[in-house]
Amino acid sequence: MHPDLNSIWFVLVGVLFTGYAMLDGFDLGIGALHLFTRTDQERRVMLNAIGPVWDGNEVWLVTGGGALFAAFPNVYATAFSGFYLALMLLLASLIFRAVAIEFRSKRPELWWRRMWDVSFAGGSILSSLLIGTALGNLAWGVPIDAQGEFAGTFLGLLTPYPLLVGITTLALFMMHGAIYGVMKTEDKLHDQLRVWAMRCIIFFVICAVTLSMSTLLYVPHMAVRVREHPWLFTVALANMLAIANIPREFHHGRDGRAFVSSCAAIITLMALFALNLYPNMIYSLPNPENSLTIYNAASSPKTLGIMLIIACIGIPVVVAYTVSIYWIFRGKVKMDRMSY
Amino acid sequence: MDVLTLSRIQFGATIAFHYLYPPLSIGLGLILVIMEGLWLKTGNDLYHQMARFWTRVFALTFAIGVATGIVMEFEFGTNWASYSRFVGDVFGSALAAEGIFAFFLESGFLAVLLFGWEKVGRKLHFFSTCMVALGAHFSAVWIVVANSWMQTPAGYHIVGEGLKARAEVTDFWQVVFNPSSVERLLHTVCGAWCAGAFLVVSVSAWYLLKQRHVAFARASLKVGLLVALGASLLQGFTGHVSAQGVAKNQPAKLAAFEGLYQTTSNAPLVIAGWVDEKNERTVGLTMPYLLSFLAHNDFHAPVTGLDAFKPADRPPVTASFIFFHGMVGIGFALIGVALLGVWCLYRGNLNQSRWLLWLLVFSVLGPQLANQLGWFAAEVGRQPWLVYGVMRTPEGLSAVVKANVVLTSLILFTVIYFLLFSVFVFLLNDKIQHGPDDADLTPAGKLAWPEHKTH
Repeated sequence: MHPDLNSIWFVLVGVLFTGYAMLDGFDLGIGALHLFTRTDQERRVMLNAIGPVWDGNEVWLVTGGGALFAAFPNVYATAFSGFYLALMLLLASLIFRAVAIEFRSKRPELWWRRMWDVSFAGGSILSSLLIGTALGNLAWGVPIDAQGEFAGTFLGLLTPYPLLVGITTLALFMMHGAIYGVMKTEDKLHDQLRVWAMRCIIFFVICAVTLSMSTLLYVPHMAVRVREHPWLFTVALANMLAIANIPREFHHGRDGRAFVSSCAAIITLMALFALNLYPNMIYSLPNPENSLTIYNAASSPKTLGIMLIIACIGIPVVVAYTVSIYWIFRGKVKMDRMSY
Repeated sequence: MDVLTLSRIQFGATIAFHYLYPPLSIGLGLILVIMEGLWLKTGNDLYHQMARFWTRVFALTFAIGVATGIVMEFEFGTNWASYSRFVGDVFGSALAAEGIFAFFLESGFLAVLLFGWEKVGRKLHFFSTCMVALGAHFSAVWIVVANSWMQTPAGYHIVGEGLKARAEVTDFWQVVFNPSSVERLLHTVCGAWCAGAFLVVSVSAWYLLKQRHVAFARASLKVGLLVALGASLLQGFTGHVSAQGVAKNQPAKLAAFEGLYQTTSNAPLVIAGWVDEKNERTVGLTMPYLLSFLAHNDFHAPVTGLDAFKPADRPPVTASFIFFHGMVGIGFALIGVALLGVWCLYRGNLNQSRWLLWLLVFSVLGPQLANQLGWFAAEVGRQPWLVYGVMRTPEGLSAVVKANVVLTSLILFTVIYFLLFSVFVFLLNDKIQHGPDDADLTPAGKLAWPEHKTH
């Protein structure tokens, strides 16, 4: 990598989306596990585990989208207009999810709570699948014409490989969410979540192995960089070690460290994805020459420079208070009058 | 319907729905800062109760604002891809700055504002409230900057030709401080303060009518009315400054606002009336010379009419006229209502006049309607341009999105937003019926006053 502005912004956009996957990932995972819990009390604990932070977590997606728009407007325009229906579904499920969290606790009636439980779980599962499937399509490649416009169809996006990435993402978020849940809960629910976390790890590992094999067999361009630079294989190795570390931390009762391992697993996965995609942003299949890259799809160097200044001022501040807020709300969930 | 019409309806409908909520968050944000500040200053726990109650209302408006706001950000790319490619270099920076400076600030500290009451000390909590309010105001800054750039583009040049042409930044500060951004920002923020203040006024007046939570309602009404008066007066002033900017920078828009077809010296101001588009004239109650004076500070100055523009370059006149006059009319009515309320509050006879309390209850609709009409006027008045004088609206569409797909998403959003709105009204009503919590009169946990201060 040459440290030019375009590459820096490729990394920064990647950091924002990785931040989203790491933070909103556990929110979505908690949502996907929501219907497995039985009692109302347990469901409230699950919701309140993410209560103070889910809103801020979703902002990573908004800011990632904004940064993509600003730094790579052609990618933003092509991907968003090309994936139109998929994105509308994603928006609908994110809205349902957000509203469900907010509204579930406001009325005591059973039908009311059931309705929002289903919205919360359904919205979380669908969002995870859609996000993963979109990533899968970017890895597989999408048809792009000479004008840089998307030349495929909605159904053309739902092929086996992208769907496999979608399911893997769901598994990853469920694992991440379960581990977060273990960290935030006590007693019976805590033990139960630990069992689920172990099952989710198995589910995820099966998906990840299948995905790795299919990538090597069917999507060779997504392994080129690692093949050319064998030392990058350490990233894949770090990913597997991070996953393997989770049961070990559980065994020693260090739930916080298990969560950190899970975060590391997400970071390494995103890094592998980005390393192999670079310098493309949208890989064009079957005409690779039409691919949108960090050079032909970017804003002017002046804008990238201005935004780098904005990012340098803004991101440290954001990280500082995000960490403080997680610190204020550390520890197990305690319910009070303001809880969901 | 064609894809252009459908995309415009979808964007218009989703932004109009979204814009019910951010003004409430901005306005209530300011009021929360005032209430909590008063609590810290006076030590009167009634203010704590007020801050807690209005925080719950704030949380509700904020949640829907975020959920519907993500839609807006995505729609630039989904429906207006050509526009996004054209302006990404300029517009995108403002959007990214909004995310980094405003949204993170707002949503991060919101956690402390909502859930941190008994976890952090009073001062840290007050600081968080201030940060949430500041974040809400910042979000207005960047989005209004971006929109103002579409009204009065500056600090850019066009690079490339034909389909590959795009606007690139030459001077970032000229983009941020483009000719209309400051005045439009102030006008927008005052409108948001009105929205928050009149909500507080409305709910408090309703409690007084029903003789419920009287002490709470009186104190809330006082804060609400004073903010409402200040904001609605400022609103008139910033509106005037803004309109003078429109006269200078977007004369076709001003002509459409006023239904002025012929360029006229000593131009009259239309107080109320209608546009006769066929005969190109506007009929109604007019005040001679006043438009010239308001637009250019000179009773005799010529005001540019629509005749200075080719028919293809004119905005829809009747719609612009109605939206603009509706907004101005409501704005003046709100000043009247606020003045009357403050006067009666000062005289101490507000509780006796039930008709005035009822008027205050319904006053909450005023700023909402005026805010919507104001944005309709601003955006319709910009037509046929997407970026004024640079890019026409149809040129901004996504090339690959078909009409039936947009129709599908439009139906999807209509259903979801109807559901969302009914749930919002239901829950807002629920909170109002439930009222303030008496437990909040004795702050607990880390918020409790030290022993010697409790009475």
